[in-house]
Amino acid sequence: MARFGMVIDTKKCVGCMDCVVACKTENNVPEGYNRDWIVTVSNGKFPDIHLEIQSQRCNHCDNTPCVSCCPTGASHVEEFGKIVLVTHNMCIGCKACVAACPYDARFVNPEGYADKCTFCMHRVEKGELPACVSVCPTHCMYFGDLDDPNSEVSKLIASRKNHTLIPEAGTSPRIYYLT
Amino acid sequence: MNSISRRKFLKITGFSVGAVAAASALSPIVKGSEKINKEKVKGIQKIPTYCDICFWKCGAIAYLKDGALWKIEGNPNDPLSKGRLCPRGTGGIGAYSDPDRLRSPLIRTKERGEEKWKEVTWDEALDYIASKMKKIKSEYGPESVAFFSHGIGGNFLKHTLKAYGVNNISAPSYAQCRGPRDVGFELTFGDGIGSPERTDIENAKCLVLIGSHLGENMHNSQAQEFANAVERDSTVIVVDPRFSVAASKAKYYLPIKPGTDIALLLAWMNVIVNEKLYDVEYVNKFGFGFEQFAAEISPYTPEWAYTETGIDVELIRTTARVMAINKPATLIHPGRHVTWYGDDAQRSRAIALLNALLGSWGRKGGFFFPSSYSIPPYPYPEYPKPGKDKVDNPDNKYPFAIEEITTGIREATITGKPYPIKGWFIYATNLIHALPNEEETIKAIQNLDLMVVVDVIPSEIAGWADVVLPESVYLERYDDLHASSFKETFVGIRQPVVESPADQKPNWWIAKKLADKLGLGNYFPWQHIEEYLDYRLNAAGLSLDQLKKEGIIRGEKPPIYFEDGITPEFPTPSGKIEFYSLQLAQAGFDPVPKFTRPDEPPAGYFRLLFGRSPVHSFSRTQSNRILMDMMEENEVWVNNDIANRYGLANGQYIKLKNQDGIISNKVKVKVTERIRTDCVYMVHGFGHNSKMLKGAYGKGASDAQLITKYKIDPIMGGTGMNVNFVTFETEV
Ligand code: SF4
Ligand code: SF4
Ligand code: SF4
Repeated sequence: MARFGMVIDTKKCVGCMDCVVACKTENNVPEGYNRDWIVTVSNGKFPDIHLEIQSQRCNHCDNTPCVSCCPTGASHVEEFGKIVLVTHNMCIGCKACVAACPYDARFVNPEGYADKCTFCMHRVEKGELPACVSVCPTHCMYFGDLDDPNSEVSKLIASRKNHTLIPEAGTSPRIYYLT
Repeated sequence: MNSISRRKFLKITGFSVGAVAAASALSPIVKGSEKINKEKVKGIQKIPTYCDICFWKCGAIAYLKDGALWKIEGNPNDPLSKGRLCPRGTGGIGAYSDPDRLRSPLIRTKERGEEKWKEVTWDEALDYIASKMKKIKSEYGPESVAFFSHGIGGNFLKHTLKAYGVNNISAPSYAQCRGPRDVGFELTFGDGIGSPERTDIENAKCLVLIGSHLGENMHNSQAQEFANAVERDSTVIVVDPRFSVAASKAKYYLPIKPGTDIALLLAWMNVIVNEKLYDVEYVNKFGFGFEQFAAEISPYTPEWAYTETGIDVELIRTTARVMAINKPATLIHPGRHVTWYGDDAQRSRAIALLNALLGSWGRKGGFFFPSSYSIPPYPYPEYPKPGKDKVDNPDNKYPFAIEEITTGIREATITGKPYPIKGWFIYATNLIHALPNEEETIKAIQNLDLMVVVDVIPSEIAGWADVVLPESVYLERYDDLHASSFKETFVGIRQPVVESPADQKPNWWIAKKLADKLGLGNYFPWQHIEEYLDYRLNAAGLSLDQLKKEGIIRGEKPPIYFEDGITPEFPTPSGKIEFYSLQLAQAGFDPVPKFTRPDEPPAGYFRLLFGRSPVHSFSRTQSNRILMDMMEENEVWVNNDIANRYGLANGQYIKLKNQDGIISNKVKVKVTERIRTDCVYMVHGFGHNSKMLKGAYGKGASDAQLITKYKIDPIMGGTGMNVNFVTFETEV
C-alpha cells in the first residue's frame, strides 16, 4: 500500500494562497479557519535577501504524536496511503492532538471535532490530486507515493535539494520542500 | 440601508426563474441557490462560465453540490487559465455569498455621501433615473451625462447610454493604469500592448520586470508563464524598490531608487548601443532615426545612471549584456499599472525602445501578434451623432491620448467647461479608490443632477450616489461573449450558475429596461440576452447551445511571430519603429526619452508606493469572506532601519499622514528588510469607509486616500500617483 507524501518546489511557489483558497472551498473549511497556510521565511539584509515561501499543512507524519495522544482513537492513520485522519464522530474535542502537533496543523472545528488536512482523501481515492495541488497556478506542488521509487515525488526528492519542517521533532514528516 | 427581512431575502423574482428555466433546457442548471432551491438536484453539476473577479476573464467551471454552489475551478480548455484559476478566481464563490452585497435598488434620502437610503422597486429606481436623464438631455444635451465603467459587464449599459447620446465614456484602466504603456508602445511600434498582454513570457529566455510584481499580481496567464520561466531557468531581472516575490526568483535584483527607472533604461540602451550588442539587422531594417537616437543616449553612461538610480555600475553593465545575449527572446515587460510619476509614457517608450534594440517585438520570447475570434456585432440601429466633442481632453491638451481620460471628465464636471456634465453613470468601478484626490471627485459629484452606481457591493462611490442599482454577481448572470485577442482565438461564455439571492438583476436586464424607460426600446430588438448571444454566435458559425455546454470554443492558432509568417508592419508615421519620434518633437516633447529627477521626500517623509495582493482585486473583493480569510487588512511595509529609528514595532498599528496633512485609517506596520529606506509600500484596495461594506469597513488603510497629489502625463493625460510622501503617526 502506498505512503502518500507531497513535494513543494519553493523556487516556483509565489505564495499566492490559491492552495489555501482551494482547500477552503473544496473541503468547506469554516470562516476564520484554514487547513493549509503560507509561511514566508526571509533572511538577509536589503538588498541581499533570500526568501523561501512554504505552503504548509499537516505533514501526515510517519511518527504521529497526534495519534498516540488521542484518548478515543478518533485520530488515526488510514490504511489507504497512510493518511492521518480524524474520525469526526469519535472525536470529543479534547485538543490533546492540537497540542501534540509540532506544526500547529490542527484546530477544533466549530462543530466540535479536531480538523486538519486530509490529503483530500476523498479525491485521491477517486484518482484525483488533492485540491491544493490541482489548483496551484505555478504547478509547484506534487503528490504521490513516497514508497514508489519511480513516482514523481520520489524522483524529485532524490534529485533536488530539499528539506522537511522541524525534522528535530522526530515525527518524520512527509512534506518535502525543494529549494 | 434598511435591514432586509428574511422574507425579502427569500423572494424569487419572476424574471430570474424564467432565465434559469430557459437555461436549464440546455445544461443542467438548477433553480437557485442552497437557500432558495426547492428542487435540489442531487449530486454534482458542472456549469462552465468565465470569471469576473478581475478583468482577465479566465474560463471556469462552477460546481453545484445537491443544488448548492460548492466551488469553482479553471476550465482546462481555456487558453487563459489552462484549467487553473488564480486565488481570487478560486475564491469567487465568496462574491456570491458575501453578506454585504447590495440586495435591492436604493434611492438616496439624505445628503449625498451620508449613505441614507430607501429601498425601492426596479421600476421606481429606473423611472427616477429616466426622468432625470430626460431632464438633463433637454436642459444641457445628452453629452452632459458621462459613463465610467470597468469590465465587460459594462457593455450593455454603454449601449443604452450611447443610444441616448452619451459620448463621454471612460474607464480608470486608461488614465489611472495601463494608458502610458499603450501610448509609449504605440508611439514606438505603432501598436499597443492590449489585455491580456501580448508578452510571450512563456518563451522568453530573459525576462525583465520593472516594478511589475508578477506572483503578487496574479493576472493568471502571466503568473503561470512567469513560474514556468523560473522553472526553465530563464534569466529573470527584477527592478523594484521593494524586494518583491518576483525579486526573490530573480537572478539579478536591482533595488532602484523610486522614480529613476528612465535613467536605468537609458544607461542600459547606452551600453547596448556602445558595445554594439543590439540586433543590427533588425534595427537597420525596421528602425527609423536610429542615428539621432544613438546620439541622444550617448551621455547616459552606467556611471551617470548610478548617481541617479543607486544601482551599481557593473550590475547595470552585466544586466545589459545578459539581455543582449538572449536577444531576441529577451522580454522587457511593459508592466500594467504604470501611472507612477507623470512621465510614464516616456518611461514606457524607453522600455519599448530597449525591446526594439533587442529585436523582441514580433519575435518568439518577446511580443507576439495576437488575434481574436471573429464574431460579428449585433446589428443594432445606428447611434445618434453626438452634437458636441468629448470633454475629457479639450483642445487636444494631451495630444497623444488614445482613450478617454476619467480625470478629464471629472475636471469638466467641476469647472463646467467646455460644457457642464450633470450626470454620472458608474458601472463596477469604485472611483473613490481608483482616481487620485478624493476631494476633487467629491467636488465633481456635488455638481451633478444625477449619479447612478451599478455594482454588486456597496463601494465608497455607491455611498455618494443618488441611485444604487444592485447587480447580480457573475455566477448569476449572462454577459457579453468573451473573445479577447491572444495567442490563439477563442470565445467564452458567462452564464448563470445560481439564482440571485435577492432583488439583484443582470446588467443586460438593467440596460434593456432603462432603454425602454428612455423610449429607446428599439435599440434592444431582442427580448432576452440568449437571443442576442445566439444571434451573434450563429453569425460566427457557432451556437449558444454548444457554447453553454463547453464554456469555451477554441478557434485557430494563426501565426503570431514574424518568423512564422507575420508581415512586419509598423503603423507609425514613418512606417518603421520610431527610435526618434518626429511626431513627439513636433508636439514639443522629447523625441527620445530624457530623464527628469524625481522630487525628494521632505525630511521625515517617505515615498508612498502601492501594489497588488494575489488574493484581492482592486477595492472590490475585501468583503468576500473567503478572500477576507486570506487577507483581512493591508500592512504598511517599513524598512527595518527606519522602523528602529522611529521606534515602530512589527504588527503595531499606526496612521500615515501625507504631505497635505491627510491622515489614513490605522494600519499595521510590517517591519521588513524587503524595502528601501526611502519609501513605504502597501497593497491597494483596503481602508474601506463605506458603512454598508461591513466586513471590510475600517480594515487597513487606503493608499488612494493618501494620494492627494498627482502628476499628469502631458503626453497622454495619465495621472502619476507615486508622487506622495507620508510620515508616521503613532497615536491611533
Ligand atoms: S497555490 Fe502554489 S504557488 Fe500559490 S501559494 Fe500555494 S503552493 Fe505556492
Ligand atoms: S491536501 Fe486537501 S485537505 Fe490537505 S491542504 Fe490540500 S486541499 Fe487541504
Ligand atoms: S486572473 Fe484570477 S480573478 Fe482574474 S479572471 Fe482569472 S481567475 Fe479570475
